[in-house]
Amino acid sequence: MVTVLTDRGEHEVATTGGLRLSAADAEKISGWTLKPEGMCRDELCVPLAGDARVGGQVDLAAFWSLLGNPVVATATGDAWVLGTAAETRANALAGLQAPDFTLPDLAGVSHSLSELRGKKVFLTTWASW
Amino acid sequence: MWQDLSDSLKNEEFAVVAVAEEGKGPEQARPWIERVNPTYLSLIDVEHRVASLYGMVNVPQSVWIDEEGHIVRPPETAGATDHFRRNDPGTEGAMTDADLAARVTARDLYYTAVKEWVKTGKHALDGDQARQKLPKFTPQMALADANFRLGLWLRRHDRSAEAEPFLAEASRLHPDSWNIWRQSAELNEAGFAAGPKFWDRVRSLGDKPYYPPPDLPGF
Repeated sequence: MVTVLTDRGEHEVATTGGLRLSAADAEKISGWTLKPEGMCRDELCVPLAGDARVGGQVDLAAFWSLLGNPVVATATGDAWVLGTAAETRANALAGLQAPDFTLPDLAGVSHSLSELRGKKVFLTTWASW
Repeated sequence: MWQDLSDSLKNEEFAVVAVAEEGKGPEQARPWIERVNPTYLSLIDVEHRVASLYGMVNVPQSVWIDEEGHIVRPPETAGATDHFRRNDPGTEGAMTDADLAARVTARDLYYTAVKEWVKTGKHALDGDQARQKLPKFTPQMALADANFRLGLWLRRHDRSAEAEPFLAEASRLHPDSWNIWRQSAELNEAGFAAGPKFWDRVRSLGDKPYYPPPDLPGF
């Protein structure tokens, strides 16, 4: 099994070399669906290169790079980060809507920023180091 | 500090969310949080996700968010100052009483501004002003983030030797991020990433600030 880290979370998937995986796993990880015309999300479809789809398998790393996103992997390919392009980060802030996130407290209970809508929020960072 | 802020505004529609950027895991933050036993939200961010989303490069940095979820002040230094640089062991200086007092004054000034904003809306930037102050994102920063995340993940999975090159590459790609550098650096006896290399790096800032002052009255 291979670990894939994205903004959507951490996934464990079976692959056949590199980051070639089933269309179902590719969709679970990326939010993009494999269709005859390419990888699709909402109304948008991005054509795939011929060798990026073989026998129902998708090369998700190749697709992710095609979108302009950074991709980093360990030497053995057992862990991958499908990163987020600078443009996507900038666009997320440009409308000034505070990007939502969900994080645990010390007890492991998850909290989302969006749960605090209706209040002013002082969001601050710190670290032990 | 944040408990005081939260307590003093308990009758307002207001929340403090303190995010610990702890790439080594929640246990690093535990003693600090348990000492305060906060009533405000105290969250653990082992992947530095908040820093990535908001383009933060140091701690403490804060974002002010209004009732509709809009950013009214993009990330800026939250009450910290550069006075600590006088303690550089390379120059054998030390903070004077005046430095210590100025540091406290700056922190109080900042948190007074937070309270004014919560109670009256003062200091909130309009849309154009806020957009001008948004951090810039570059492809190098995006690639740095991906390397950093993999490095942190490897280190949390007891693969520190493998993590090293990814952490180093992240810092090389995004040298302005103290978060990335310090989270990757060796800790001193006190548990802080403030060894000789940290001071070398601070010294090389020259006239540039380590904690850029916020664009608020009095700074």
